[in-house]
Amino acid sequence: MRESRYWILSLGAAVCLVVLLGIHLSIMHLDTLLAYLGVVNADPLHYQAVMARGRSGGWVLAYILLLAFGLYHGLYGLRSVLSEVVSPTGQRLLTWAVVAVGFIAFTWGTYVVIKSSLMGGV
Amino acid sequence: MRRYNNRLGIRGWIYAGNYGLERYLYFLHRISGLGLIFYLLLHIGVTSARIYGGAAWEQTMSLLSGPAFKLGEYVLMAGAIFHAANGLRLIITELGMCIGTPGRQEYPYVSSVRKQRRLMIVVMIIIAVLLLISGVDFFIL
Amino acid sequence: MANFRIQRYDPEKDSRPYFQTYEVPVEQGMSILDCLFYIKERLDATLSFRASCRMGICGSCAMYINGLPRLACETQATSLATDTIEVRPLPNYEIIKDLVVDLSPLFEKHQRVRPWIIPYELEELDRPTKEYVQSPAELEKYLQFAYCLKCGLCLAACPTMATDNEFIGPQALAQAFRYNSDTRDGGDAERIAVVDTLHGLWRCHMAGACAEVCPKGVDPALAIQLMKREAVFGKKKERARLVDPRCGVTPLPGIPKAPEPTVKRSEGKR
Repeated sequence: MRESRYWILSLGAAVCLVVLLGIHLSIMHLDTLLAYLGVVNADPLHYQAVMARGRSGGWVLAYILLLAFGLYHGLYGLRSVLSEVVSPTGQRLLTWAVVAVGFIAFTWGTYVVIKSSLMGGV
Repeated sequence: MRRYNNRLGIRGWIYAGNYGLERYLYFLHRISGLGLIFYLLLHIGVTSARIYGGAAWEQTMSLLSGPAFKLGEYVLMAGAIFHAANGLRLIITELGMCIGTPGRQEYPYVSSVRKQRRLMIVVMIIIAVLLLISGVDFFIL
Repeated sequence: MANFRIQRYDPEKDSRPYFQTYEVPVEQGMSILDCLFYIKERLDATLSFRASCRMGICGSCAMYINGLPRLACETQATSLATDTIEVRPLPNYEIIKDLVVDLSPLFEKHQRVRPWIIPYELEELDRPTKEYVQSPAELEKYLQFAYCLKCGLCLAACPTMATDNEFIGPQALAQAFRYNSDTRDGGDAERIAVVDTLHGLWRCHMAGACAEVCPKGVDPALAIQLMKREAVFGKKKERARLVDPRCGVTPLPGIPKAPEPTVKRSEGKR
């Protein structure tokens, strides 16, 4: 595949990330702001709250999308930066290393999301 | 004949002369992006504690609390806000918008960087406002 | 009087560059290049620098002057508004001696993008039968980029060039865009294949330093971003029409004849 395809995919992932990560960050950290906007969200980090989110279908999808877009965009960027410092002989190795890290992280992350959605009683 | 290699190296990403702010944003974008991807990998590992039950989760969370981690979380959020807003500016300019079109140049030349500078300033103001709002929410309220 | 701090390096004697200071009586109207000539003629004949036209056309005297890569001939000494002027060779190249750097990577990368018109019909190139018609609007799509001097300032300014030896660089990318935007040219696919690579277009992240330092307003940053869009979304290219050359035209009545040329073309030449 031509490099331009990877690049435009990375841009698309970036736009989706702005939306998804914006929601994720405001829910996890900006409780006062959300309370002003009428969303009551007490202690989102409590185990019950975490698992409650983990069981709802919408959140499962959101987490998997966040994983996919985040890993693709992040690792594409990492490869971009490292390709500018790695010697010409190491470029192919760099690409494969980044792909391997992405594959492992995505598989593990998806496993965790699906496993916790299946864990019924807390 | 011997040559002296004058390549600036990584130092040249950070500083190479009296350029406009965009060249420094290039480095900040890079550093914040590297920080975020390494945090994402860490985050995937840490949050997977929940599949080992409530006790394991609470233990991990208590490990990661305290003022130092709170500050660290804010720095990460600041990095994400900067990377997102500056990234949107880069998407706009790199797709050829807000940087003008080719044409006859007359001295003094107005370059594409100068043409997008207003956009850059607006983005920087947005970043500052978002950092302020999230900072107040984080530490004060 | 101005103090010139000049970076010196002699490959036969020095293991690394050092600075030497000269006092030059700067007057209104003296360019940095004039000052360097003053030093070479009156103070220190061993100082090496490259210069030719003294008027911003040849692109030989590119140097790093007081924190920015600039042409020495186009930089007025008084415009820097300081008494200490630091002159160094361009960064991101190899230093041959003193202020002279090896620009061959620039030329090699320039060549890689095929900076010439690749016509649709090769026969037309070798044995032209007709003329290309290009409107002023079509000309202005690439004219700005055609003013490139190959001075190499943009590669010295580019942050990616600071580490990435393989990066094809703003100069070559701008030239690829210049020829791709030419309606006489049909070599888009060949050039896109060269620049749509890991070390091509996508190593530019719009730091804009190249556009800031360009002494001719070529604006490589603009060319690169526009080319990114074309590489991703493709483009519809207009093709220059081929028309018969105008000959044997009879002017309309009432139009005065052109005056006789004052310089006669010498016979035999032609």
